[in-house]
Amino acid sequence: MNIVVCVKHVPDAQGDRTFRESDNTTDRANVDGLLSELDEYAVETALQLVEADGGEVTVVTMGPDQASDAIKKALQMGADKGVHICDDALHGSDAVATSLVLAKAIEKLGPVDLVVTGMASTDGTMGVVPAMLAERLGLPQVTFASEISVADGAVTIRRDGDAGSQTIRSGLPALVSVTDQINEPRYPSFKGIMAAKKKPVESWTLADVGVGPDEVGLGAAWTTVSSFAARPPRGAGTIVSDDGTGADQLVAFLSERKFV
Amino acid sequence: MAISRLLPTDDARDLIAMTREVCQKELAPRVDAAEEARELPRDIFTTLGDLGLLALPYPEEYGGSNLPYEVYLQVVEEIGAVWMSVAVGVSVHVLSCYPVATFGTEAQKEELLVPMLSGQRLGAYALSEPQAGSDVSAISTVATRSAEADGAATAYSLTGTKAWISHAGHADHYTTFARTSEEGSRGLSCFIVPGDAPGLTFGTPEKKMGLHSDTVSQVYFDKVPVPASRRIGAEGQGMALALSALSAGRLGIAAASTGLAQAALDLAVKYAKEREQFGSRIADFQGVSFLLADMQAAVLSGRAMYLHAARLRDAGRDFSTEAAAAKLVCTDAAMRVTMDAVQVLGGYGYTQDFPAERYMREAKVTQIFEGTNQIQRLVIGRALLKD
Repeated sequence: MNIVVCVKHVPDAQGDRTFRESDNTTDRANVDGLLSELDEYAVETALQLVEADGGEVTVVTMGPDQASDAIKKALQMGADKGVHICDDALHGSDAVATSLVLAKAIEKLGPVDLVVTGMASTDGTMGVVPAMLAERLGLPQVTFASEISVADGAVTIRRDGDAGSQTIRSGLPALVSVTDQINEPRYPSFKGIMAAKKKPVESWTLADVGVGPDEVGLGAAWTTVSSFAARPPRGAGTIVSDDGTGADQLVAFLSERKFV
Repeated sequence: MAISRLLPTDDARDLIAMTREVCQKELAPRVDAAEEARELPRDIFTTLGDLGLLALPYPEEYGGSNLPYEVYLQVVEEIGAVWMSVAVGVSVHVLSCYPVATFGTEAQKEELLVPMLSGQRLGAYALSEPQAGSDVSAISTVATRSAEADGAATAYSLTGTKAWISHAGHADHYTTFARTSEEGSRGLSCFIVPGDAPGLTFGTPEKKMGLHSDTVSQVYFDKVPVPASRRIGAEGQGMALALSALSAGRLGIAAASTGLAQAALDLAVKYAKEREQFGSRIADFQGVSFLLADMQAAVLSGRAMYLHAARLRDAGRDFSTEAAAAKLVCTDAAMRVTMDAVQVLGGYGYTQDFPAERYMREAKVTQIFEGTNQIQRLVIGRALLKD
């Protein structure tokens, strides 16, 4: 089975994430980046499918130079090869442009049985790229999988909702996005770290995937961030002194905020 | 403050990053409960083994990664900063593999070392005895040649008591030193005894001051049969073998202690920046910041010491004095830094609500095991005064 996993290099959520003053885009220069943790589940899904039935896992990312670290991590985990679409014109691209570039790259890679993505990125968290990508590739979109199996040319997933679970089946090829419930991503072993160095990673420009610079980037984005402000520091809490009505006050406080 | 490490390759940097990730996600959430319950987390060693972390300094052809000590020890340090018992366990396991890896025959490496380095096995190092601690030559466990039944190859029968054995009852193999003749230090031999050997039993785990997840107890040998194919080196070579392993083992403890001290320093710095008294952070009082500065200086000097010794070893140079000095400096530093961390945290440091008191209890044993710090001075002094 030929599987493509789309991954994103994101600022470490443990660090102080911020925006650039100049154009209100995510500041990627002054914070450590890593493979989006939600994408680790996608990589693990693809590795498990290939380990069971054979095949190849290709990791695709779009982003600046340091985004190659996300590919490296996926290769260390066990993916076979990587494609990094890197172009200055991509800076500030929105989800619409991202899905366009990823779709073109996947088409260029040739026939694919399954495209796997995380459910969202941990920085933008829009969660719309999987759907847009499926639409552009003309593939069935099978999203938010918490369980997956592939047999007889079809993929079956379980999607958990608030009220119940759906079992969804689709023919292949298809696009599947996975949640953080689907598996426990592996750590790269030291042997995996060593092996990753020898795995092929291609670097493509926009021209290589046939996308014009005017179709992407901040200029082509459908939305822009007009301003940003840091979350105000947490204020002092409410102190409830229990004069016999403590429990009532707590319940009132919680129900006011719709927790109970 | 982030640790500034000089690492020789990108692989080594990625290895350290992977180690940190595993420590944060797998070790950190479990250390407090396991230490309190005095449980040896056997599954965590399996996880580390799967990732290759139990075999780093050994040759690739037997399942290791052929990494220099310079890198292996920094992995141990990172683990020690999160869970000292596990770091000590890694060091003990690596030590238990040392005699076969260094002195074993090709056949022994294939038969014994490959499984030992597979990541699925955990080793123990059975050298000390109740009456033979620092004085290795006083070992009284005997290995007698048993009658060759049916013309089979030579075998030994081991009888005696080993003491202070980490992983006792949990280990898959015991790298054991026993007496094959009465000739004092020249009468010792080294054997690899499987954990399920008949006649091998274990005492009640010692009730220690700390390092509770490092299960330590006596190991009893009652006519334990060991085939000659499991004797490492020649008869009588045991002492030389044990001594040659000691310097490498000391570096493991030096590195783990540096991690422990780093953890105590990090905790103290974080606390000093949050705790307010007299209207300002206690970190802003010079009395506190100087204490923190001394702790930082102790950690940095310890790290420099063990890394220098490791680099000498990696270069094939003699490193026994440097290893003894590193063990001495790193473990004394760990004791002082962890004690000062308790001081910085004040009353809170004395409670089990913060790990400072645990760090302090764990630091004490590092000055004792793998050769007391008085023995390290003996080693350093002897080398210095040798004619």
